[in-house]
Amino acid sequence: MNAAVLQPLQETLAQKIQVKNLNFYYGGFHALKDINLQIPEKRVTAFIGPSGCGKSTLLRTFNRMYALYPKQEARGEILIDGDDILSPRQDLNRLRAKVGMVFQKPTPFPMSIHDNIAFGVRLYESLSMREMEERVEWALRKAALWEEVKDKLKQSGTSLSGGQQQRLCIARGIAVKPEVLLLDEPASALDPISTGRIEELVHELKNDYTIVIVTHNMQQAARVSDYTAYMYLGEMVEFGVTDEVFIKPRKKETEDYITGRFG
Amino acid sequence: MSASAGFMNLYSRRLWINRFNLAVSLLTMLIGLFWLGWILWTLFEAGFSALGPALFFTMTPPPGASGGLSNAIAGSLIMAAMGTLIGTPIGMMAGIYLAEFGSRGWLAPVTRFINDILLSAPSIVVGLFVYEVYVIQTRHFSAWAGTMALALIVIPVVIRTTENMLRLVPDSLREAAAALGAPQWKVITLVTVRAAKAGIVTGVLLAVARISGETAPLLFTALNNQFWSLDMNQPMANLPVVIFQFAMSPYENWQHLAWAGALIITLGVLVLNILARVFFRNKSPTY
Amino acid sequence: MSSVADTMDGLSRSDPGISPVSKTIPDANLRSQHRLDFLFRLATRSFAFLVLLLLAGIIVSLVAGSLPALRAFGPGFLTSAQWNPVTEQFGALVPIAGTLVTSFIALLIGIPVSFGIALFLTELSPIWMRRPLGTAIELLAAIPSIIYGMWGLFVFAPAFAQLQPWLTATLGAIPLAGMLFQGPPMGIGVLTAGIILAIMVIPFIAAVMRDVFEVVPSVLKESAYALGSTTWEVVWNVVLPYTKVGVVGGIMLGLGRALGETMAVTFVIGNAHKLNVSLMMPGNSIASALANEFTEAVGDLYSSALIELGLILFLITFVVLALSKMLLLRLGKMEGQKT
Repeated sequence: MNAAVLQPLQETLAQKIQVKNLNFYYGGFHALKDINLQIPEKRVTAFIGPSGCGKSTLLRTFNRMYALYPKQEARGEILIDGDDILSPRQDLNRLRAKVGMVFQKPTPFPMSIHDNIAFGVRLYESLSMREMEERVEWALRKAALWEEVKDKLKQSGTSLSGGQQQRLCIARGIAVKPEVLLLDEPASALDPISTGRIEELVHELKNDYTIVIVTHNMQQAARVSDYTAYMYLGEMVEFGVTDEVFIKPRKKETEDYITGRFG
Repeated sequence: MSASAGFMNLYSRRLWINRFNLAVSLLTMLIGLFWLGWILWTLFEAGFSALGPALFFTMTPPPGASGGLSNAIAGSLIMAAMGTLIGTPIGMMAGIYLAEFGSRGWLAPVTRFINDILLSAPSIVVGLFVYEVYVIQTRHFSAWAGTMALALIVIPVVIRTTENMLRLVPDSLREAAAALGAPQWKVITLVTVRAAKAGIVTGVLLAVARISGETAPLLFTALNNQFWSLDMNQPMANLPVVIFQFAMSPYENWQHLAWAGALIITLGVLVLNILARVFFRNKSPTY
Repeated sequence: MSSVADTMDGLSRSDPGISPVSKTIPDANLRSQHRLDFLFRLATRSFAFLVLLLLAGIIVSLVAGSLPALRAFGPGFLTSAQWNPVTEQFGALVPIAGTLVTSFIALLIGIPVSFGIALFLTELSPIWMRRPLGTAIELLAAIPSIIYGMWGLFVFAPAFAQLQPWLTATLGAIPLAGMLFQGPPMGIGVLTAGIILAIMVIPFIAAVMRDVFEVVPSVLKESAYALGSTTWEVVWNVVLPYTKVGVVGGIMLGLGRALGETMAVTFVIGNAHKLNVSLMMPGNSIASALANEFTEAVGDLYSSALIELGLILFLITFVVLALSKMLLLRLGKMEGQKT
């Protein structure tokens, strides 16, 4: 378990992502209200909260995924390593090479397993065939998928099972060597065994990446994360070390949610 | 007592209406099958005897003589292929615009509306248009003109199917590609279009099937050619116009050839349709 | 856990290091990406614009080609039944009437039959039959129209000619409406053309109706059945209103097809430029007049009159399509659907 060992370190940890006065709108709907938050580097931070509380919305501001859609707008500041990514000068593609994302539904591209992983790498690196094969193997090993697919790299990504597809997506996201990994309910579409595997992965990956995970499963958040943020109706209610938030929450709303009185 | 008798009357009346209408429905189905069967049977009966190597390797004969349909078949194949080759990329690009860039601005809704008009436009009007802008300018009928007319029929069909198939691709796939930092043009060409490939190809196959049987657009553009000619700048023989000319003539062997040609076109079109169906079913990805 | 051990092994063997790539992406690369994005968007946009140009081109060229005729005959063109290439007197009334009447007959026969077929395919037919039957209907739709025309001329018309005396005797005897059914049993004529057109549009309308009937949620139908409705009542009172929009769309599609159809009509309509009340007499449609006469038209005025006919046909289909879109919008709004 991620122990209270981390608690005294909180003040000395680098803050990878700093959110300042963030407001988000879907058209006229005010979805995120004045969010202030700091995501520590090389740790796992979980966003929890009932449906519609804005946790996925907040996650998707970190790689400006909302920019694909016309009526969605973010105002405020989000600093990653000190640079405000909401500024119009921020290059979106560069941002997304740095901040990777894995989605709720596994989304293998309609290509071979090898090409799925090579796709992202080819965007910004020119590797020789040998180097690419090494990278593919490395990413698949990190995602704990290599042994299962090493003989069928040429097969289509869609031929894998759900759990395997999701691990493929994780491998794909890691292969480009981002600094931050955003996981949007990565295990919610999977069976319990695959879920367990994904959770193991997250635990291992945090040595190298800053991870933010959105989950509607509180037990998962408790198992996997070092820090937890509880959100409700677009507001950040409480943020702290996971064990504290779950055992001794500061706010009553947090306690209500965690003890299952609602949600 | 009278109340329940009234009820029974109402009920049995409803039952009878039901039975009657369902029987009529069955009848219509049988009628539909009947026409299909009758038409196909006629085709086979009249055209089958003319099938054979002579049909495919001899040219169209002068009135009263016997011959084959080789130049017409070749001409149809060439113009259909060229028309598809020209029309498909244009249609795909426009379809991509409508599906991927169409959420902002005025161009997309207007284009969709106009495309619907072009889809339903009588093909003979398309032929007239090509006549006015191309045949008159070049002062003669030609296979290029015929190809142009066929391409103009292919374009709206491909636009419609491309847009529909691209729309079926879930946004999560696009987002996953964008999340890796891929620029939009790569997301579209390498991921989205690829994902919709099966449906788009099916649309193209169906467009080919459609133009294979079109007569009207060729009447004033490619016209016809009694002889073997592969010159795109000259009138080119094609099956539909040959069939039209031969069928309306009083010569028996011409009429016989017309039936053979009709059979060939029908078989070709049916095969294309079935191919498209099978292809779509097998290659269609489960999102 | 073994899977974790796996990854540890692999790491030690060929770990390319964790130094992030994003720090080293040159600005120039990103700039050229954006340029390519812009060019791609511009390219697709241009092709979409081409579609607009196409429509404009068609209208402009048709109008330009009709100018001599427009100037010579004016609005009287629409009401004149004359058609004399020798004296160069042309009028569109006969072809327009033929187009409209044959399409009307096609829909009159086609809509109920299509409905019956769609009903059969979705409610009555055993499951194993649905796919083959549906395919059969779709194949009917794929058959090129020239086939229908030939079949109509060589097979149907003679058979129909046998039937015609009986029709003249029975329907022809009805006062007033009987006038529609007078005439020698030639087999060809406006009525025949209408029937052939009906056979052509039925597969289209039936396929569309079947598609929309199929997506009616089962719970909706089940609720009606649970109240004791008969199959017919469920279809008439629940399925049909629910699928109104799609059904109207399908009918409009069929109508558009019928109006512009050339070959199926040309073979059997008789190509006579004379206006008759009776449906059994030959007539003409715009498309068949064009098909028969355009390549042989001598003289600018003759060709121009034919082009004007083409323009009129285009406008008719345009209007029908626009009306149907408005109707669909209105229906959709009434249901609160997203249009």
